[in-house]
Formats: sequence, C-alpha cells, structure tokens
Amino acid sequence: MTTPGRVVAAAAALILAAPLAACGSDDEGVPVLTFYNSPVQNLQTVVDRCNQQAAGKYKISYQTLPRTADDQRVQMVRRLAAKDDSMDILGMDVTWTQEFASANWIREITGDLKSEVEGQTLAAAVDSAKYEDKLYAAPNNTNVQLLWYRKDLVPTPPKTWDEMIQMSQQLKSQGKPYQVMTMGAQYEGLVVFFNSLVASAGGHVVDDAGEKAVMDDGTVKALEVLKNFATAGVTDPSFSNAVEDDVRRAFQDGGGAFELNWPYVWASMSEDAPDMAAKVGWARYPAIDASTPSRTTIGGSEQAVSSYSKHPDLAFDAIKCLRGPESQLYLAVNSGQAPSIESVYNDPSMDKAYPMKDVLLDELKTSAPRPRTPAYQNLSTVVAAELSPPASVEPQKTADSLRESIQAAIDSKGVLP
Amino acid sequence: MSVQEKVRIPAQRTPKKKVALSEGKKQERKLGWLLCAPAAIVMVAVTAYPIIYSVWLSLQRYDLKFPEDREFIGLTNYVTVLSNNYWWTAFGVTALITVISVTVELILGMGLALIMHKTLVGRGLVRTSALIPYGIVTVVAAFSWRYAWTPGTGYLANLVSPDGAPLTERASALAIIIFAEIWKTTPFMALLLMAGLALVPDDLLKAASMDGASWWQRFTKVMLPVMKPAILVALLFRTLDAFRIFDNIYVLSAGANETSSVSMIAYNNLMKGLNLGIGSTMSVLIFLTVAIIAFIFVKLFGTAAPGSDDGERR
Repeated sequence: MTTPGRVVAAAAALILAAPLAACGSDDEGVPVLTFYNSPVQNLQTVVDRCNQQAAGKYKISYQTLPRTADDQRVQMVRRLAAKDDSMDILGMDVTWTQEFASANWIREITGDLKSEVEGQTLAAAVDSAKYEDKLYAAPNNTNVQLLWYRKDLVPTPPKTWDEMIQMSQQLKSQGKPYQVMTMGAQYEGLVVFFNSLVASAGGHVVDDAGEKAVMDDGTVKALEVLKNFATAGVTDPSFSNAVEDDVRRAFQDGGGAFELNWPYVWASMSEDAPDMAAKVGWARYPAIDASTPSRTTIGGSEQAVSSYSKHPDLAFDAIKCLRGPESQLYLAVNSGQAPSIESVYNDPSMDKAYPMKDVLLDELKTSAPRPRTPAYQNLSTVVAAELSPPASVEPQKTADSLRESIQAAIDSKGVLP
Repeated sequence: MSVQEKVRIPAQRTPKKKVALSEGKKQERKLGWLLCAPAAIVMVAVTAYPIIYSVWLSLQRYDLKFPEDREFIGLTNYVTVLSNNYWWTAFGVTALITVISVTVELILGMGLALIMHKTLVGRGLVRTSALIPYGIVTVVAAFSWRYAWTPGTGYLANLVSPDGAPLTERASALAIIIFAEIWKTTPFMALLLMAGLALVPDDLLKAASMDGASWWQRFTKVMLPVMKPAILVALLFRTLDAFRIFDNIYVLSAGANETSSVSMIAYNNLMKGLNLGIGSTMSVLIFLTVAIIAFIFVKLFGTAAPGSDDGERR
C-alpha cells in the first residue's frame, strides 16, 4: 500500500543516502576512484567508457573543478595540504608538476605506465611532467598557442611581431577590424605570453636547475617587444584585463584581425560561428626576429595520482585508459584538446577536427617549457604583477626588479602581491 | 563634550566603587561563571588556538612546496613583509578604501536612517527596500557590478566610459570597489544609526524647538550627541569590517593593477603561494591592526559595546 506519506519518506531517505553512496565504495563493493579535473566537454563520455572497460575493477567518478587554472589549483592544494584522501586522480596543469612533486603530494610513476607514457608521448610533453628527472604525471593533452588571422583582411599571415603590428596599424587606418587580441590580464596567461617572447628571443628567466634567477638580455628584448606591442595602439581596450575566453569571444564576434590563443578556439568557432570560421586562417606564432623561428610556451594537462589516495594501483590503471590514445582521439575530435600522443595525429578523423595539426605539431616540437622550479606559481604571480599592465613595462628596469623578486620567490622569502 | 553633558539622558549608573558582595551574591556570580564557562571555553578554543597557531607559523620558514626546508627563523618574516612594497601598497589601498567608504557610508547612512525613521507611510516597505543591498550576498552583488562594468556587455561601462575598461585601471577600479562597498553596506550603517535615532527622546526635540532651535541646530546639538554611542559603534563595526575587505576585490579586480587589500595579499601568499610563514605573518599583522583600531575607538573615543549600561566609560 502506498500513501503519499510513504512516498515522501522514501524520497527523503533516497536524498539522504545518495551522497553517502558517492564516496567510498558503492553497493557491490567496487572501489570508487575520484577524478578531479577541470570542466571538459565530453570528458564524462571518456570516463564512462573507461568504467565499462574496467569491468567492475573500479569505478571512476568525475568531479569537476572550477573553470580557471588558479581556482583549480587552489582547491587542490588546499585539500592536499590537509592530506585529503578523497582525491585519487588529479587532473593537473603541466606547470604544477614541480610543485606537487616537491611537496610530496603526488606519486612517482614507475613500471609499465612509465614506459607507456615515455614511449608514446611527445618529448616536450613528457619533459613537462618530470621533476628531478623522475616522471610524476601522464600528459593527457598538450597545447601551444597559434596565430589565428582573418584571411579576408590579411592575405598572408605575419611572420614577426613587428610585421603583425604594422599590418594591424594599416588595417586601422583603413577603418577595418584591426585589433591583435591576446591575453594580457594579470594572471598566468600573461606569463605564458611573456615566456613565449623570452624563448623566441633566446632568453632565460631561471637557470637550468631552477635555483637561480637569470633574466638575461633575451628577457630584456622580450620585454621591449611586449611594451612595444602594448603601446602600439593595436590592442583591445580591455587587453590588460583579458583572459582566454574573453579573447576567444571577442575575436569570434569579429572584433579583431589577429588572435593569439590556444587551439580550442577553433572547435568553438566552427560550432558557434561557422561563417567566421570560414574566414579564419592559422599560422605559426610570430617570431621576434625573422631569421629565428618562434618558440611557443607549451601548455596542456596531465594526470597524476595523489599520495593520499587509498587505491594508487587502481588509479594508475585508470590513468592508462583516461589518457590512452582512444580517449585522446575522442577528446581531440569532440572537445578540441590537442593530443599528447603523436600517433593520434595520424588518425584520419583528425584532419577535419584539427586542420591546423601540422602547424601545431611543428610548434610543439620546438616548444618552450615555462621556468622549471617548485616555486613556479610564486614566480608566475610575481611576473604577472610586474608585467601588469603591459603598457607600463620599462624593459631594463622591469628585468632587474624581476630578477630580485624571482630569486626571493625561489627562496620562500618572496611576498606575493 | 559639554553639550553632551547637558543633554545626557539619565542612564542607569553602576557604582564606581566595588562594594563587598553578600554570600548569596557571590554564589550567584559563581553560578553565572559556571553557566558561561562552556561557551567561553568553546570560544577560546576556536579563536585563541588559530591565533596562537598563526603567530607560531609566522616565526618559521614554512613553505609547503619545500617541506624539508622548514625551520624556525624568528622575526625574519616580519622584516620581509614590513620592508616589502606590495605589503605597504596593499596597506595603503586598504586604508584608503576604509576611510573613504566609511565616511561616505556614515553620511549616506545617516540620511537613510533619518528617512527610515521619519517615514509615516509604507514604513515597512521603505525599510525593507533600503535593506535589500545588505541582504544580497557580497559575491553575487560583486559579480553583477563586474558584469555591469565590463565593456561590451555592461550597461555602466557603456554609459560611463564607452572606450575604456574601467576595471582595468587602478583609479577607476578602486572607485568601483569603493562604490560597491558603499552600496552594499550603507544599509547596515543606516540600521545601526536608526537604532541610535530611536534613543533620541521626542520631548528633548520638542523642547529644543520651543527654544527656537532650527532643524540643523536640533540635529547637531541634540540628536548627534544623544546618538554618539550608536554612531561610534556603527563606525567601529564598519571600520573593522572595511579593513578586512576581501570579496569585492576578489571578484571585481582580483587585485590586479595594485588594487589588492591586505586580506587579499594574505590570501594570495597563503593559498596560492603556499607560504605559510609569510602568509601567517600578514594575518598576524592584520590582526594587530584591527586590534589597534578597536583600541583607539574604545579607549580614545569611548565606544562601548551596545547594551552595556555604562555607555559613557572613558
């Protein structure tokens, strides 16, 4: 016999019990692995497929982190610092490797997962997942920014920054969309921009061991280019407050002639604004000097296992599937995530989803890592603060004060703004 | 002060000298202590422990990134922070925001309080609508301000500066932060001041007006002195609150272009930098500053906790 009262009671019991089932293991005693990752379109499909493949060995539960990398990291480190054992697989940005490994928050990858990762993955991506020559994470995608330009406004893409600024000024005088759009807010995006300029100019921010701040002539040259770009009148008025998605949207809406951004912009443009996509071409990131090809900052994400996980072996097993070639191909085609496994690029379905793959692979093979030190996050915050707003940079002076504050950051004496 | 002496409403006075207590009174007092003990112990546990722990952390090099390098370094962190530009810039920004927002809030709040106090028609409606900004979660309100001030999508940005991006420049960003603070907390100020207004006896105002005092004279010579304790409490609360400003800045500018407050940079050093030593040093310094502000208000201006019967203690 069912009375309304009983229905309500049953519903209430369900609601109360549901959250309990989500943690630990579910009814049949299958261990649940929590997988914390940024929100990625269609990632749930990958997780579901991996769960099916696991055939009851484990069940991965995908938990989304906030949208911005800073917020993702803050949430993770807060829990890791408290030795939270409810996180198993961590979807990390490549720049966190050093820090998490040095703090003993993630496990070293050994055995067959290690040989699998090292065997398949692009060298630059593997390199970014290492700390003190040990592998700590498995790169599941990789990333470099490209130059996107309006083919209807610019017949041939610019090769250097000077050329691009010139083209933009010309378009401006003709009353056409002219802006060069990229990320200039006081955050990681600005540091990525700066790092690409430094690498293209052959400079060094820190030494190879990551223990000493260098800031040589190449970095001063990079600062000159940055300053020149920010003051040439070719940027969006909100350049110094723009993050990836602002830039993507503004360019997609037809506001600019050039965009420097990650490849994900192509997937969303093809979907949301196919007319605009038809007018947009891509090219290698501009160089500083016409005779030296540009080097672009490598980004991307990786998966690691928390030191506090109760099921590390299962978690490593799950990573094999989550970042395996099949998953990478699926996410490349459906979510615009560039694979870290080189062979995936040869799949025919990549031609349509990643028409820019040749330029991308080219850039990836000559890409530049960000300064490698456990204090990277502090270094990045200090650099972003010193370079914000980019128009106020004074190359030599900024380089000198950066050298000092980066050294302080490495020695844990630095104060973050 | 002399004016205040004249118009002081007769308040309950506690005897200045200690009188020997009877046995029954002593027992009663003991019971009183016993009854508040659990609450007091819990409070000490949840407030004193973290305070002492942060002082202890602030004396160490303790960086979660370099767990092996943890060591006791005395006051070095204090030297580092107090000789750092970012800290003093943030301190200046915080002081500026505090002074301007509290001043404007006092003036606007007083106006609002007078309106709410005087309203005869639709009293509930007026009071409720005045309190709406205070009822909205700060982060939510801050987000709507942020969108309003974002070029392209925001009505205020398009209206005020069609070519610029106000949140990306220091002066305009600070102005927007202060504006958002004022919009948000003026109702709170008004509420506290309205409680003070209720203390002003009507007879006193009538008597003053019989003596030929103008509205302004009645306001400055009668109402303000009577309200002084309420005003000081409102100012103290708001100053302490304003000095700890965090959420508005976090959402509106995230501290870009030197708009960080001290709380913002303490958060950055602790949560983003994982530098427990430096971050705790900043927390301790913020705590000390707040304590000094409270001390100045209580000792120099004679602010008393609302409800305590010796409101005139010096």
